[in-house]
Amino acid sequence: MGIRAEHEIHTRRRGRNLGVGLLLAAFVVLVMALTFVKITNIDFNDLPGGELQTQESN
Amino acid sequence: MTDTSTTPAGEYEAQFGDYFALMKPRVMQLVVFTALVGMLAAPESVHPVIGFASILFVAIGAGASGALNMWWDADIDAIMRRTQGRPIPSGRVQPGEALAIGVALSGMSVVMLGLAANLLAAGMLLFTILFYAVFYSMWLKRATPQNIVIGGAAGAFPPVIGWIIATGSFSVEAWLMFALIFMWTPPHFWALALFMRNDYDDAKVPMLTVTHGRRSTRRHILAYTVLLVILAVGTGFTSIGGPIYLATAGVLNLLFLIGAFRIWQRDEDDSEADDFRVERKFFRLSLWYLFLHFGAILLEATLRGYGLGGW
Repeated sequence: MGIRAEHEIHTRRRGRNLGVGLLLAAFVVLVMALTFVKITNIDFNDLPGGELQTQESN
Repeated sequence: MTDTSTTPAGEYEAQFGDYFALMKPRVMQLVVFTALVGMLAAPESVHPVIGFASILFVAIGAGASGALNMWWDADIDAIMRRTQGRPIPSGRVQPGEALAIGVALSGMSVVMLGLAANLLAAGMLLFTILFYAVFYSMWLKRATPQNIVIGGAAGAFPPVIGWIIATGSFSVEAWLMFALIFMWTPPHFWALALFMRNDYDDAKVPMLTVTHGRRSTRRHILAYTVLLVILAVGTGFTSIGGPIYLATAGVLNLLFLIGAFRIWQRDEDDSEADDFRVERKFFRLSLWYLFLHFGAILLEATLRGYGLGGW
């Protein structure tokens, strides 16, 4: 039996599903942006042993 | 996978907007604005992405506590005219759904704020959610006529959280912004209680109008307004104030004081005669009052960035 294109409940819940889907997608984008900002703004000298590594590289 | 526990065909299916309404969008607007002002008035700058995400999580936390409040208060919301149209009493959302949304979003917002900003901000958000949902909604609201006074603290924390997002610590300025909202809340809600008079009676919520009478409520509005005026104008001389704030506060506080005085002067016959015109006007002014005070703090902070603003 082939996959039925749409159940009646999908029609009834279209707005709800679309909203949740868009929110989840926005959340993923937000977490990605936050991660990117956090990683690119890290001052490695603040990390344990950071100053030592900087001196060694000099 | 198909959810088999669905409402039968033909019955109302909760839509996305119904769940969103659980989060009290109008209260969220105030939370977002005051938290944003708290964050931008702080002396430390925040990366725009971190600032945006942090304020968003504060808003979600506030919305979650609103959902928990609606879940707990569904019985009295069904009685009061003002709240009968809310998602649970109107039957659009089931109480269990509101509880689940409230708990899940509370946890998510606190954890995410901790990751995005700092642990102190996350701790304050958790405290605020618990204060509103548990301390105010479950205990104070139905127990004491001081419900609005103490419960008002929950709505006053957002600028403090905003400040902590930026600085990672508390400060006098943050608590001044807290005090501004804290002192503003009672006159704002008591004016509402005066013209929504039967609502709280019917729901047996011990508002001041019910427990101490309407004459006493009018006196309380004036007394709190006098204290608020001193605080609001005094804030103008601190580091978050400045000439623009002081000018704004001067005008608004004069109008607010006149409004409170007129409410105090009137009796019930006067109010009935013009359908609480003065009380309604005072309530509308109170919304502008808070918005413009925080707007002025934001303007001073913005100008300070260009070497202007402040003292």
